[in-house]
Amino acid sequence: MSGVIKQTWSPATDEYQSTLIELKDMVSACMQCGTCTASCPNGFAMDVTPRRMWRMIQFGMLDQILESRAFWYCSSCYMCTLRCPRGLKLTSAMGALKRLSRLDGSWAAKKNGAFYEAFMDNVEVYGRAQELSLMNRYFLKRKNPALPLSFIPLGMKLMGKGKLHIPNRTQRGRLKAMFAKAREMEISS
Amino acid sequence: MRYAYYPGCSLLESAQEFDVSVRAVMECLGVTLEEIPNWTCCGASAAEPVSKLMNYALPARNLAIVEKEMGGIDVLAPCSACYLNLLKVNKEVIGSRELHGKVNEVLSASGQRYAGNVKVLHLLDVLLNDVGVKLVEEKVTDGLKGMKVAPYYGCQILRPYAVFDDPGKPTSMEPVLKALGANVYEWDYGNRCCGASLMVGHRDVAIRSVAEILNGASDADVIVTVCPLCQMNLEAYQAQAVKAGGVRVPVLYLSQLMGLAFGFGEDVMQLKKNLTMTAGVRDMINNKVWSQLRQTESGEELTGVEP
Ligand code: SF4
Ligand code: SF4
Repeated sequence: MSGVIKQTWSPATDEYQSTLIELKDMVSACMQCGTCTASCPNGFAMDVTPRRMWRMIQFGMLDQILESRAFWYCSSCYMCTLRCPRGLKLTSAMGALKRLSRLDGSWAAKKNGAFYEAFMDNVEVYGRAQELSLMNRYFLKRKNPALPLSFIPLGMKLMGKGKLHIPNRTQRGRLKAMFAKAREMEISS
Repeated sequence: MRYAYYPGCSLLESAQEFDVSVRAVMECLGVTLEEIPNWTCCGASAAEPVSKLMNYALPARNLAIVEKEMGGIDVLAPCSACYLNLLKVNKEVIGSRELHGKVNEVLSASGQRYAGNVKVLHLLDVLLNDVGVKLVEEKVTDGLKGMKVAPYYGCQILRPYAVFDDPGKPTSMEPVLKALGANVYEWDYGNRCCGASLMVGHRDVAIRSVAEILNGASDADVIVTVCPLCQMNLEAYQAQAVKAGGVRVPVLYLSQLMGLAFGFGEDVMQLKKNLTMTAGVRDMINNKVWSQLRQTESGEELTGVEP
């Protein structure tokens, strides 16, 4: 990876607060029917189920949710959002939890959010996602030497099929100003 | 018919066969695709966990270009995640004064703004409602008679915004497949999530979904997808999925299957780029092995047939 990229978007209590308020709003009408949990294809891997998460938010038990990694198991499939009888935007709520966890600077966010961060860094540099350099950046962030090894079989397959490419530089830097602006706005919001 | 084409990052990278086949098939159907100049990433599903503003500003930038430089024509996005991200701007930003203002403030950093006048369409929507299956049928030279095709829709083309089909029981691919002469394979996993980016960080969890989907299609000749991430998850991890109790099933893009039925041939449709397209599978497709098998009702395992 070349270029200087900010390691993280600086945490800001204001943004934390506004995300928290938004999150509480999003789930305040939950009536605990459990449809979301029953619809979630990844629920089996979560230690706190979606329905319980919303309850805990209503009770202000955010810390306990953030201690769990459950919301990182959300794959944004929107099944819960589709089926919630109250019409709540639950996938967005999962996204908000991921952002809160990042702002918290928790270890879980560093590990589980590494791919999303690597992706955004990659887009900030190249303007478009560049898969090969994105994966390299992801591996760097995870700091786990065994991890790249687990991707070697896939990498070999992709290489054999001519699917790995050196970064396309035509849009390099195109989004820099927008990223800087958004960062500035989110810190001072 | 003319559309602003938003290929999205994957279609220039690991999903080139999707890009190539979409362009070829659409041209054959008389559709002009004009690539959005200097388009940039829509943020995929990675922007939302990092920045709410960029989650909207990234796709909005591309719509702003279409609005200003392409006369605001309709956008066609073949990738489901791109489609949803672009659509989200129209559904969630436009109409919310505060958010719209903020998104335009971010866009202004690169001298742009988006008023909200560009329509976003998915490939399937265009095929069904603009092109029409009648025209598709007319282009078929090499029908797929007898091929059992499992239509896989995935998550994001119909959820949470059901623009052109029923997200609970999607059927929009069926008329297209029937027009190609294929048999639609009935199954319950067409709108099941493939695990999406969990495949990178929590592979065990995603593999379980993939194995279930593949098992659901065990009697199909091929699964067709309309999303590069679905395609990747369903085909690249079949070895691991088999260990988790899944079966192997070839996976193709819908546009590739259409191209084959239009007589383009496997080279033009870049079948060799698909990870599940082994020489044996390609021969099966070329020689229409499935229909012979069905005719003799031998009930033999398709994968057991070697040329
Ligand atoms: S489906 Fe909706 S109302 Fe029911 S428990 Fe989940 S969030 Fe609450
Ligand atoms: S959007 Fe997330 S939480 Fe909701 S059903 Fe899908 S994976 Fe589960």
